[in-house]
Amino acid sequence: MSEPLIRFRDVTKEFARPDGAGTFTAVDRLSFTIEKGEIVAVLGKTGCGKSTMFNLLAGLIEPTSGKVEVTGHDPFREFDFFRGKIGIVFQNDRLMPWRSALDNVVLGLEILDAKRSEAEVVARRWLSRLGLSGHENDYPHALSGGMRQRVSIARAFAVEPDILLCDEPFSSLDEMTARDLRAEFVRLVKQAGKTAVFITHHINEAMDVGDRIMVFHRPARIAYEARMDDASKGAGRQAIQDEILKVLSLEAGEGMPAIPVAVV
Amino acid sequence: MTLNPRVRQFFQASASIVVLLAAWQIASFFFPHYLFPPVQDVLARTVKILFNWPELLQVLETAGRIFAGLAGAFVLGSLIAIPIGRYPKIESYVNPFLIFLQGIPALSWVIVAIIWFHGTEFRIFFIMVITTLPAFTFQVLDSYRSMSKDLFEMTMSFRPSGWTLFRVLIVPTILPGILTAWKINLGNSARVVVVAELVGATGGVGYELLRQQQLFDMAGALAWTIQLVLFVLVVQQIIIRIENWLLRYRAVSERAA
Repeated sequence: MSEPLIRFRDVTKEFARPDGAGTFTAVDRLSFTIEKGEIVAVLGKTGCGKSTMFNLLAGLIEPTSGKVEVTGHDPFREFDFFRGKIGIVFQNDRLMPWRSALDNVVLGLEILDAKRSEAEVVARRWLSRLGLSGHENDYPHALSGGMRQRVSIARAFAVEPDILLCDEPFSSLDEMTARDLRAEFVRLVKQAGKTAVFITHHINEAMDVGDRIMVFHRPARIAYEARMDDASKGAGRQAIQDEILKVLSLEAGEGMPAIPVAVV
Repeated sequence: MTLNPRVRQFFQASASIVVLLAAWQIASFFFPHYLFPPVQDVLARTVKILFNWPELLQVLETAGRIFAGLAGAFVLGSLIAIPIGRYPKIESYVNPFLIFLQGIPALSWVIVAIIWFHGTEFRIFFIMVITTLPAFTFQVLDSYRSMSKDLFEMTMSFRPSGWTLFRVLIVPTILPGILTAWKINLGNSARVVVVAELVGATGGVGYELLRQQQLFDMAGALAWTIQLVLFVLVVQQIIIRIENWLLRYRAVSERAA
């Protein structure tokens, strides 16, 4: 069996409390692996440590203990190794207001020292694939929320990363736009054979996007895990949904399950 | 009939100047001309300076000193502000020094410069830089601090080099603050340069003002002062136009237009 692409080994992340009174644990001895080509949806309530896990994976913060490995490398300590290898789609579009849609998509390629003319060709192609032809020269303020998020998806895909990290990318959009973008996102990831980690707090979104779902409890650790194969997309879907709801409601007040449970 | 807002604004601004000129003209009827010269005399002298190359050269000399001083203070201020922005611990060491500098009057710096340095130009440059340095530093620092954490993280996710980060994120972020700093410091430095020239220079608007004082020529003093005011107004307009072009990406509400 091949080595997993992403591996968390007993990862803990503690932060100092703002008032200086000790620390709080955001991620607690978290372990999991993700195979190449998988889309893993990470589900959990607000504040359960999903975004901390995301930042650890992106190499933006360092674990307090344990080890994060992406293709066998440490994303925090070997920060530069991952230039162009990890693409991120954030919760909000994070477009630079002083750059046009085209220039925002060009950004990642510019940072990777691509030739301007070549970067523009790639950026135009991605904007076109995401239905934004004709909006290349528009500034972000002239675009709708959905269009801005499409630009940010184009920006992440344009650098051709091996891994895509998405932190609730469609949560601020209306349901119709979010649904369309979700479908588009899955199609693009599958077509390009990428590996993706998709954070969300919507059960249906996790089930629509993920090949696998991991449900997190606070502080971040896996409370439930399910694989969304063909069977579970039919009748099994309801069972998984019920199970996730049960796990999430357990956290709401009925205590934590002792061990990570069922894999469907 | 409703007037175009811009035309109305122009008339409103002009009204106060017309009232001031009228009051001055009336005063010139009742007081000796060495105290209140007629408006037409002042205007004639102003126009004469503008069209007389040796005199215009004096205005340009002052303008050059202002630009050199502002550029020096801007570069130095940015070199101080950006490291403070990146490493906030430095601030507690540098801030008291800058606040101390801010409290020293320009005239004191003139005396210090005369005692410390030889050479008029360097003295004036030093005075211009030292008096505008704190304002540039604080304004660049504030702009740096207003940098969006979201945009910083997004840019960092592409793993840029330090120089690329500076070019693609930091410069565009601090640009509006820099332009504001230039607008504010332009007026300040126009006042300071006159003091510096008055004491130590052999040319420029400040020097000419000193000459008019010795000749007891109020029309001349006002005409030279107006040159400086016109210079500031023209450069302010140029900066505003540059600002409008560079910050054209900003959304403007139709109500604000």
